[in-house]
Amino acid sequence: MPTRNKKFYKSFLYSFPIILLFVLVFTGFDLSIDYDLNISFNFVYILIFFWVLKKPETLGFGLIFLSGFINDVNLNFPIGISSINYLFLCALASFLRNRTLTPSLLYDWVFFFLSVLIVNSTNYILLTLIFSSDISYKILMYNSCFTSLVYPIFVKIFNQINIYNLKEENAKSKR
Amino acid sequence: MSTNRDDFIIAIRSALLKKGNRQKFSLFTLLTASCLILSLEYFKTGPIDKFRSITKDIIYRASYVVSIPFKLIEDSYVKIQDHINMYDEYRLLKEKEFNISSLENDLKFYKSENIKLRKFINEEPLKEGKYIITKVLIDKESPYIKSLIINKGFEAGIEKGMAALDRSYMIGKVIETNYLSSRILLVNDLNSKIPVIIEPGNTQAILNGSGSNYGELEYLPKNNIVDTGHIVYTSGSDRIFLSGIPIGKIEVIEGIKKVMFFSDLTQLDFVKIRYIK
Repeated sequence: MPTRNKKFYKSFLYSFPIILLFVLVFTGFDLSIDYDLNISFNFVYILIFFWVLKKPETLGFGLIFLSGFINDVNLNFPIGISSINYLFLCALASFLRNRTLTPSLLYDWVFFFLSVLIVNSTNYILLTLIFSSDISYKILMYNSCFTSLVYPIFVKIFNQINIYNLKEENAKSKR
Repeated sequence: MSTNRDDFIIAIRSALLKKGNRQKFSLFTLLTASCLILSLEYFKTGPIDKFRSITKDIIYRASYVVSIPFKLIEDSYVKIQDHINMYDEYRLLKEKEFNISSLENDLKFYKSENIKLRKFINEEPLKEGKYIITKVLIDKESPYIKSLIINKGFEAGIEKGMAALDRSYMIGKVIETNYLSSRILLVNDLNSKIPVIIEPGNTQAILNGSGSNYGELEYLPKNNIVDTGHIVYTSGSDRIFLSGIPIGKIEVIEGIKKVMFFSDLTQLDFVKIRYIK
């Protein structure tokens, strides 16, 4: 019984990013703190950027593409726009991965901030110019800043999961 | 210099075209597919629209199922808060002196007067007409969108533009209908624009959603008498909604006239949809 539990725990941790991604897009959970400040974090951006940067095989691009559709349907965006955003973020994270020799949190953090700004600006341009949607640029920029601010906190949590998965993989390959 | 540029180009090419370990598609392929799917948004009728409608129905139902545990947690939190505030509310109610019988008599008088006046101007009574009660599947309250997904679609006769009410208060309008579900754009959404009338004073304006828990008034006349406590109703000038559906109350905060809604838009479980005649 304990071995079965351990197996379940291991497979849960391995699939954790995918499960979390789909729970987030299905529930539209965006960690909004809505007093008078309208603070919100785009948790999906953090999740995608981190896992594509550190372990791209965990989150398949096809699944990210699919999650974008679900997000669009739930948030009433034109279908395909979130997929473009997420895949664009993936491209930026892959680019950083290809260019990085020694990973550093600070470098990743700054690049994440720039990536979120680029992705959100593209999103804003597409929505306002092509689809004539009314989006508050202020809210979008606040969202970009707060998402970037909380990035290191989630990186610490995700890193623990990633290290655990790597340890398990190493142990398996040694066996 | 040229080596640096080459590295840069190689990194971009690798990021976009390389499939990677356990990846079935390259980013470039998926980005192209997303752009193609996005371009399909221009087809609002025909088989593409039907397919989109079915997909949306499936995703809404799946979202509802996934959201159940989170909704339970949220409901429990609201219940606990209600319990905590119960004593204070009880004390407040006890301190207030309600002359209920006098209020009831006043209400009867105003109701009969209202019926007479409506007959006089040939206005249809608000509470008459056909309504359909729907259940809220998903309430999407994010900084970008304020909307609800309800469990009835065009199969139940719901059409775009129908008014959504909570008790007798206007909360939004239907903006999307699928076979088994519909989306209601709430009055506080940034894209919501409703022609309203403010009483007393008979002032016409447009109620805009602010993306927050209040509404903003646009196109108010320069010398208006709108003040705190005045009531905002639908004017019906768009010929979509009936006139006289109450929406909210005016509150002047730091010189800005804000509309505080009568309904708590974050706590909606059932919504009434009024059929267009």
